[in-house]
Amino acid sequence: MSGKMTVVEGSYAVAHSVKVCRPNVISAYPITPQTHIVEDLSQFMADGEIPNCEYINVESEFSALSALIGASATGARTYSSTSSQGLELMHEVLFNASGMRLPIVMTIVNRAVSAPISIWNDHQDSISQRDTGWIQLYAENLQEMSDMTAQAFKVAEDKDVMLPAMVCMDGFILSHVFEPVILLEQELTDEFLPTYGPEHILDTSNPLSFGAFADPSAYTEFRYLQQKGMDVALGKIEKAAEDFKKIFGRYYGGLIEPYMAEDAEILLMAMGSVVGTIKDVVDKARSQGIKVGLIKVRTFRPFPVEAIHSAVSDAAIVVTLDKNISIGLNEGALFTEVKSCLYNSDISVPVMGFMLGHGGRDIPMSTIQMIIDKAAQAIKSGIKVESEYADLRGELL
Amino acid sequence: MSRLAPGHRGCAGCCDAMAANFVLEAVGDDAIVVNPTGCLEVMTTPYPESSWEVPWIHSLFENTAVVAVGIEAALRALGRKGDTKVIAMGGDGATVDIGIRGISGAFERGDDITYVCIDNEAYMNTGVQRSGATPFNASTSTSPPGSQSFGNSRPKKNMPAIIVAHGSPYVATTSISYPKDMIRKVKKAVDIEGPTYIHVHAPCATGWRFDSSKTVEIGKLAVETALWPLYEIEDGEIASVRKVKKPKPVEEYLKAQGRFKHLFTMEGGKEEISKIQDIADWNVKHYGLL
Repeated sequence: MSGKMTVVEGSYAVAHSVKVCRPNVISAYPITPQTHIVEDLSQFMADGEIPNCEYINVESEFSALSALIGASATGARTYSSTSSQGLELMHEVLFNASGMRLPIVMTIVNRAVSAPISIWNDHQDSISQRDTGWIQLYAENLQEMSDMTAQAFKVAEDKDVMLPAMVCMDGFILSHVFEPVILLEQELTDEFLPTYGPEHILDTSNPLSFGAFADPSAYTEFRYLQQKGMDVALGKIEKAAEDFKKIFGRYYGGLIEPYMAEDAEILLMAMGSVVGTIKDVVDKARSQGIKVGLIKVRTFRPFPVEAIHSAVSDAAIVVTLDKNISIGLNEGALFTEVKSCLYNSDISVPVMGFMLGHGGRDIPMSTIQMIIDKAAQAIKSGIKVESEYADLRGELL
Repeated sequence: MSRLAPGHRGCAGCCDAMAANFVLEAVGDDAIVVNPTGCLEVMTTPYPESSWEVPWIHSLFENTAVVAVGIEAALRALGRKGDTKVIAMGGDGATVDIGIRGISGAFERGDDITYVCIDNEAYMNTGVQRSGATPFNASTSTSPPGSQSFGNSRPKKNMPAIIVAHGSPYVATTSISYPKDMIRKVKKAVDIEGPTYIHVHAPCATGWRFDSSKTVEIGKLAVETALWPLYEIEDGEIASVRKVKKPKPVEEYLKAQGRFKHLFTMEGGKEEISKIQDIADWNVKHYGLL
């Protein structure tokens, strides 16, 4: 068990976690939009606090990730952080990093994408990259974010996984907030996270070719093997959470975290910081005798199908909360995926979806309460609207 | 001596294969090579084969310089740098067009890489579309001549000058038709600390439409007509120039290639050729070629 709490900014907590994970190459572009993570890391570098590490001040996010492709292929532990527009600019490189099986770890400070231009939080940025072959983890609070960062390195670099990982934290709500956090201790982190030593690297004593061109006779198998890596990652994410618990004494669930879920009739599902608000509302509803529970989805890629199956099987209704929308389908991603993983299963539970908190719109407890009320109504009289915004301002339309 | 292993898929008379071989000959085995997407990448690494006997990586079309930067940083961080050279080698499109942002960043930061642009003056891998390095009035599949056009409407982007403006310690032009010149310059570039740049003129038989036995000959004509001056610029100053005692008229270079054929048949073509002669004359004066 470890202990000492310090009040720090979210960005600092992440930067500290990265530092104790002993990265070899950090490459980042600070803007589009800006967070303090790279500033804190730059200060650590200036103070000589990260040994055997190079920090590259690149000229764009596209280059931030590209530099890490070269570095990771050379055998370096690699890190970057980005947000919103910056992540969108990386899109092409994201696929490339995953296809080349390079376990780069990147913090995503979740923010809305333009247009309209917005710097505030939602999940549209990372959700729109869900098919790029990156592991995606979502944190509820600073402590979890801090701890998840180390777990991400461990999972990504596992020789049977070898996939890049995004660790997602809500912009401002987590990145810019100050909270008491137990910062990762160097000694314990060294115990938790082995040094990175990949099997195949760019090395002049053993020349290998990386990034060959695959014609139709071989391309499919590369994709298939990426999915295999994701399948393995499911177990490795759970294992990393358990290993972490043994060393640090903290645990947040593996792929998902059930909260008051066991006997819940109404089962809410969400990702990120809104989970904290939902837990408060669940507590309040429980005190009134309403059987509400919550499934926090910590791992969005690989999608934890089996964990969700077993978590929702006894509920009367599942209600997803999404800070993103598939424009043209009018659904949030969690809603679509939960429905999809239940179809063809032997679980028959209705699913309702609410989109909310887009572009940084605050999610007060009253909004969650309204969602619970609608779910209770749907149990009685059926689902009237399958997917809708929970916080639309009709007067602006 | 490192060379591309035989069996690659390059065309007969391929300028890329020649350029890659000269670079490998210059740098030896202690090097890591980065290629963008393009002819050289496609022809040397059809999975599961590879012609590279040094560590080699291809990531994307537009990030070659910065992938090299990441490799160099990793070698230093991991204590493996030694004398290992990191070479980015890209075509003209990957260099002067889509990849220029990452190149600019690397040269501004002073990263210790050598960038070699193999300039065959259009996007050859995809069917000869014009790039920012396509010469004035060349016919390509996206700059065809017609009743309203003599072909590519702009002269070549002066990429070496752009690199010089970044404060690079060493920038040189060369040509695959002058192997000794090229090998000497590449050797010099990799031995200088910091970002160095070699711009190689590389005639492409397929894209320029000449017989594949003529690659070297065409490259020589470009130099002899002063359309491709060979020089070195060290710390911003011209350090050497290959003299062209008696420049040949540009017609000799143009008429040997299908991509300029229209200038000899179209009405007004003569005036257009004289504009190309003006470019050569400017080179003679500007670089002091005589």
